[in-house]
Amino acid sequence: MIPCKPTATKLKLFILSFVVVFAFKSVSAQDGKALFQAKCQSCHNIFKDLTGPALGGLEERHKWADHNELKAWINNPGGYMAKDAYTQGLKAKYGSVMTSFPDVTLPEVTAIVDYINKTYAAGPGGPKGPGDDTVSSNAPDKSQNAVIFGVISLILAIIALVLMQVNSNLKKMSDDAEGIDRPEPVAFYRNKVYIAMFAIVFFIIGGYFTTKGMIGLQRQTNYHPEQPIFFSHKVHAGINQINCLYCHGNAWESKSAAIPSTNVCMNCHKAIQSYEKGPELFDGETKIDGTAEIAKLYKYAGFDPKNAAAWDPSKAKPIEWNKVHNLPDHVFFSHAQHVKAGNVQCQTCHGEVTSMNTIQQFSELSMGWCVNCHRQTKVQFNYDSTSGNKFYSIYEKFHNDIKSGKMDSVTVKDIGGLECQKCHY
Amino acid sequence: MSQNKYWQNFGQVTDPEKFQKQVQDEFKEELPFEDIDGKLVDAKAPRRDFLKYLGFSTAAATLAASCKVPVRKAIPFANKPENIIPGEAKYYATTYIQDGDVIPVVAKVRDGRPIKIEGNTLSPYTKGGTTARAQASVLDLYDMFRITHPKRKAGDKFEETTYEFVDKAIAEGLAGASGVVLLTSTVVSPSTKQIITEFLAKYPGSRHVTADAVSYSGMLLANEASGFGRNLPTYNFGAAKVIVSLDADFLGNWMNPVENGLGYGKGRKIDEKNPTMSKHFQFEGYLSTTGANADERFTHRPSETGVVAQAILAGLDGSVAAPSIADAKLKAGIAKVVNALKANNGSSLVVSGSNDVNVQILVNAINNAVGAYGTTVSWATTSNYRAGIDKDLVDLIAQMEAGQVGALLVYGANPAYHYHDADKFKAALKKVKLSVSFGEKMDETTELCQYIVPTHNYLESWGDAAPKNNLVSFLQPTIYPLFKTRPYQTSLLKWAGNNTDYETYFRNYWSAQLGSEAAFEKALQDGVLELMTTLSIGTYNGGGVGNGIAGIASAKKPAGKYEVVLYQKVSIGTGTGAYNPWLQELPDPISKATWGNYALISMSMAKEMLGIDLANKDNERANNNYEYYPDKPVIKIAVAGKKEIELPILVIPGMNANTIAIAVGYGRNEALGKTAAGVGQGVYHLGSFNGSTFSYVAGAEITDAKRKEKIAQMQIHNSYEGRVEVVRETTLASFIKDPNEITDFRQDLLDKYAKANNDFRKDATLYGVHDMPGLKWGMNIDMNACYGCGACVVACHTENNVPVVGKSEVLRFHDMHWLRIDRYFVSDENNPDDLKGVVFQPMMCQHCDNAPCENVCPVAATNHSAEGINQMAYNRCIGTRYCANNCPFKVRRFNWSDYTGADSFPNNQDQQIVGKLDPVVHQMNDELTRMVLNPDVTVRSRGVMEKCSFCIQRTQAAKLNAKKEGRPLQDGEAKTACQQACAGDAIIFGNVNDHNSQISLVRKENPKRMYQVLEQIHVLPNVTYLSKVRNTEEILHRGGHGAAAEGHGEDSAPANDGHGKAEGHGEAVPSAQPKEAEAHH
Repeated sequence: MIPCKPTATKLKLFILSFVVVFAFKSVSAQDGKALFQAKCQSCHNIFKDLTGPALGGLEERHKWADHNELKAWINNPGGYMAKDAYTQGLKAKYGSVMTSFPDVTLPEVTAIVDYINKTYAAGPGGPKGPGDDTVSSNAPDKSQNAVIFGVISLILAIIALVLMQVNSNLKKMSDDAEGIDRPEPVAFYRNKVYIAMFAIVFFIIGGYFTTKGMIGLQRQTNYHPEQPIFFSHKVHAGINQINCLYCHGNAWESKSAAIPSTNVCMNCHKAIQSYEKGPELFDGETKIDGTAEIAKLYKYAGFDPKNAAAWDPSKAKPIEWNKVHNLPDHVFFSHAQHVKAGNVQCQTCHGEVTSMNTIQQFSELSMGWCVNCHRQTKVQFNYDSTSGNKFYSIYEKFHNDIKSGKMDSVTVKDIGGLECQKCHY
Repeated sequence: MSQNKYWQNFGQVTDPEKFQKQVQDEFKEELPFEDIDGKLVDAKAPRRDFLKYLGFSTAAATLAASCKVPVRKAIPFANKPENIIPGEAKYYATTYIQDGDVIPVVAKVRDGRPIKIEGNTLSPYTKGGTTARAQASVLDLYDMFRITHPKRKAGDKFEETTYEFVDKAIAEGLAGASGVVLLTSTVVSPSTKQIITEFLAKYPGSRHVTADAVSYSGMLLANEASGFGRNLPTYNFGAAKVIVSLDADFLGNWMNPVENGLGYGKGRKIDEKNPTMSKHFQFEGYLSTTGANADERFTHRPSETGVVAQAILAGLDGSVAAPSIADAKLKAGIAKVVNALKANNGSSLVVSGSNDVNVQILVNAINNAVGAYGTTVSWATTSNYRAGIDKDLVDLIAQMEAGQVGALLVYGANPAYHYHDADKFKAALKKVKLSVSFGEKMDETTELCQYIVPTHNYLESWGDAAPKNNLVSFLQPTIYPLFKTRPYQTSLLKWAGNNTDYETYFRNYWSAQLGSEAAFEKALQDGVLELMTTLSIGTYNGGGVGNGIAGIASAKKPAGKYEVVLYQKVSIGTGTGAYNPWLQELPDPISKATWGNYALISMSMAKEMLGIDLANKDNERANNNYEYYPDKPVIKIAVAGKKEIELPILVIPGMNANTIAIAVGYGRNEALGKTAAGVGQGVYHLGSFNGSTFSYVAGAEITDAKRKEKIAQMQIHNSYEGRVEVVRETTLASFIKDPNEITDFRQDLLDKYAKANNDFRKDATLYGVHDMPGLKWGMNIDMNACYGCGACVVACHTENNVPVVGKSEVLRFHDMHWLRIDRYFVSDENNPDDLKGVVFQPMMCQHCDNAPCENVCPVAATNHSAEGINQMAYNRCIGTRYCANNCPFKVRRFNWSDYTGADSFPNNQDQQIVGKLDPVVHQMNDELTRMVLNPDVTVRSRGVMEKCSFCIQRTQAAKLNAKKEGRPLQDGEAKTACQQACAGDAIIFGNVNDHNSQISLVRKENPKRMYQVLEQIHVLPNVTYLSKVRNTEEILHRGGHGAAAEGHGEDSAPANDGHGKAEGHGEAVPSAQPKEAEAHH
């Protein structure tokens, strides 16, 4: 490792300069899609009207060819609308004003519009994104290996036992032939050596599994209870690429991620009333009718699709979901700490939610699992006091150690992430 | 030149050796072990049985643990309100109102439930301070004994009814009644006053009577006689250099103790470089919380307050005749006070807690003579805390008896309990055709009414309160009403024919007053609003002084040798705290007793009456019987013409010899709940009416009842084994003369143990030094600003889900308070009754950097964090209690029983083997009551140790907020619950690694008063104290502080290293030796 370091540094520098050179260009190319997904997609489709109008060909409408106008509208819809008849008409048509995005910049608007135009030109069945086909991994399964090894050891053990029996029988026969008088050999199942060996092996293996079982009590990896509505994260977060935080925005601010309230579901499902184009859904063997599941939501929301205008959101009832991720009472866990302060991706703990039809617990959620991550994860330390979280600027000692090369990074462990009262109080 | 001794109970002074023996065992109980001298096999539980039980319990535990995990529900909102974030607390400004007590507060609301009350820092006169009662009030909201729906009496019983029915029936009843009376406790709400006016206008001949449980009529009437109208002034304790209190417990209960304490604290906190402080004289019969804080205290019979006032006035004003006073000590005290007042004209303040008009007239005259008006007593801002006039209530009862009252509507007042002749009131109430109570709880008066139209708890209400004429504090609901209750104002409006509800009425009222809805919303958000009104109340008129003196002379002296005085505890108050478990379990500042009242008697009375001579070492057996067991002798107290009562006694030093003090508020009704029922005795009936005001003093005869009752005291078991470096106290004169006692002590430690690098932390230990790279939390407590009120104790209880254990468990010393306030009596070594003062020391986990508890834990359940916090992992704790044994401060608490119901085994609370728990424990575990729990703090189960965590949930939350915003943590962002509750600002908490934080500055600026408890044992506490300074001229000698300080004395070499220099005082000051270590280098 050490001899490689200069090369690695050079490589880093090279990559860095590359990134700097291409930074300006890459704003539109890459971010247009990401920005669209993060900010627009929950209410807009490119090809059809949802909560908001279809965005395909938007530059031909109103004054939107001028991106400054568009930006003004996005930044402050309420203010813009006050002196603009067109957008007032939109409000009348769609029933609500657009959510404001005050921090969207002009290059970002241009990037989004470019993405929309490109996609619109390609048509609804256009080229698939790179993330759409998942590559299934062919790496040999570890557990399969363990089984093979186990079977081989067992077979070997049986062969050894048989050979030992054969050996003793042959010895007996040769002794008999030579006329040496030896006591009758005991049967192997009454042989004390065998019994002792068996007992020890049984104790070790049994003990191992008992202990492991006890440690694992109440852990619920892969737990996936049946839910009142067959809600597919695959359809929402996977195929339709809705940002996690659109529904679970609470995770950004609070200890609990919270399940979205019925009115959040209805934001989109006022318009999306049937499940048509997506893949067929299965709950185990049973085929699921997506449209029927949406109808269940309507029942909770008190929404009649045939008479949408008469809907009164205040009459909605909450949906009683079955909680999947349960932590013991004596654990304090904050989503905000991890998602916002720590910049941890949701998938790190929750797994490939985008491919789960039924949500299930991905991680063990055990203390060992937490602690392991705390050992390895680097905090958003402000190494050069320009980037990273300024909260850590008070850690003078670490800053000095980094400068002097004693430390190369600060992990959660270094700032006390393994201490009892980080989570238990 | 006497030596002070700091002691907590009599044995410590009179017989230290025996005491030492007694306190060897932390828990004075026989351990429940079988005799194991015989053969093991013959024992009742031999080894095999033990193994059987062990095997069984292991299997049972496994079985219990492996039970199927229940399916848990997660139910989101149907429509999430935009500004609510599940899991994050919201804070709403509101106001704690109890009768006339008004404290602007902020309610912490977590997921729709108020769970904690904090003081509102925007309030100009309380500045974020609170009282124990305000802190505990959030539990009243979830009281399972609240009245849940309107009721009407059918026969002897109440039955549920509807508001339609009640409104109709009552409206009819009122229409037909002649003489409608609205009886309330003091109403401080301006909008409610207007509603009352509207209501009274609707019914001709109706009137409003105000009755306070403990009355201030004497003051109101005296102020009227002195030309100020029926008002109460605003006292500015901060501007007073001399404070004289005649029987006023102004730091405990009198007027607004938060406001008083805030001002008082200004004069008590001292600047080391220029030490000055106010001087506080107290005259009283018993030892009050305020008296305990006084610099000089003089005792007299409670009925003699008037004579003392007259003597002081005579000293100041030659035209007034001086009364004869037999007690030489008292006489000398009065002379001293007169001199002090004369010397501080214009910066003196005299207050009196007496309810006698004549006494208060003289106090007004004294205040006038010392130039208090306009300086320390302000009539430009009046206080509205109490308004009741005693005669009104007496007249009302007479009219009720005569059948002249057709309808009585009661809110807040409870004469069936607090009127001295309650039976008379009860009988009179029967003659009233229509009686309605708006009670929140089934109190003694509510129980007798025909209709109950329950009102909201204050946390469910809209409203306003004007504690001062120029200040309004607003209430807004913090939770949707839990029960079918209705604001009493809405009821009054309805019955006055106005169908608007109170919320609308209140909004309209203030929008009109403030000019706009927006201004009102802003005021509501702030919680308090200062108005620019100034009053021009008349000037002082001394015309009543002659009558006052005559009145005092002619006043009937209480008959009998002894005098009973009724007082209020900081916890229970007039009785409104009686049904609150947190307040019942809050130890009294002076007696340290919980759950019940008792008779406080003097040492001489104990000797005379019961043969308990606590000052006499030869009387060991009787003394020990009294001291070390909770069973206390019971006395019969007979007041002429009143029901005799029997109460256990507590002997308190510094009491007037013939005074018995008993707290009011106890002996409550069963219907008030499990908490109040059967606790203590009601004593309001010992009061009387003297023609114009109620008196709370009575002459009494006492006899020994020859039996004993248990008092659940908290402190006797908290012994320090004589290690007096725990409490450091001095006098102002001594401190000026010799300010370096503590620094010298520290220097001595350096010289002895830290020769290598002159660093006590590193050198004086075998252990390594903990690294604290980022934050290091520390706390400082100024003992000059701690008055022992107990607000912090309740705040800690609330914040940290500390369980209530009930009287039976306190008796077994199983109390759970994480924070306690240790009370030390200070007296001369040979005369414990001659009390010089009392020191209050808040004591909680000291978070030692070299903690003795940490290295004895076999499972490392308690260990140290990188932020200097001594951590406790409950789920790792196996309950060996080694840590508690090894803690020098005895601050660790063990869950002896399943107080919280948090165990995996159901019904674990009533096992015979651990003793049945009190009903109150079960009340605290009720589904409704548990809503008060803080969801960020684990509820501990049986068998684990717990202790102060430095409110880790708050430090963690503050850090997370800073991280979320990507900025360093600001000083003051993380506050502990005790710090936030403290009205005296005695507690400062923060990051010690930040050199500009308040905590660092306080430590830097007070090196001569700052100390750590038991510094010499090198446990390196993260809590520091500032030593207590009493403002007296007494010069104390060094050495009262134990063995470690004895190493050096006045004959040691003069200071030459800068450590021992006495700035500004050229006197020869004993100091540390020159550093011997230098010779070795």
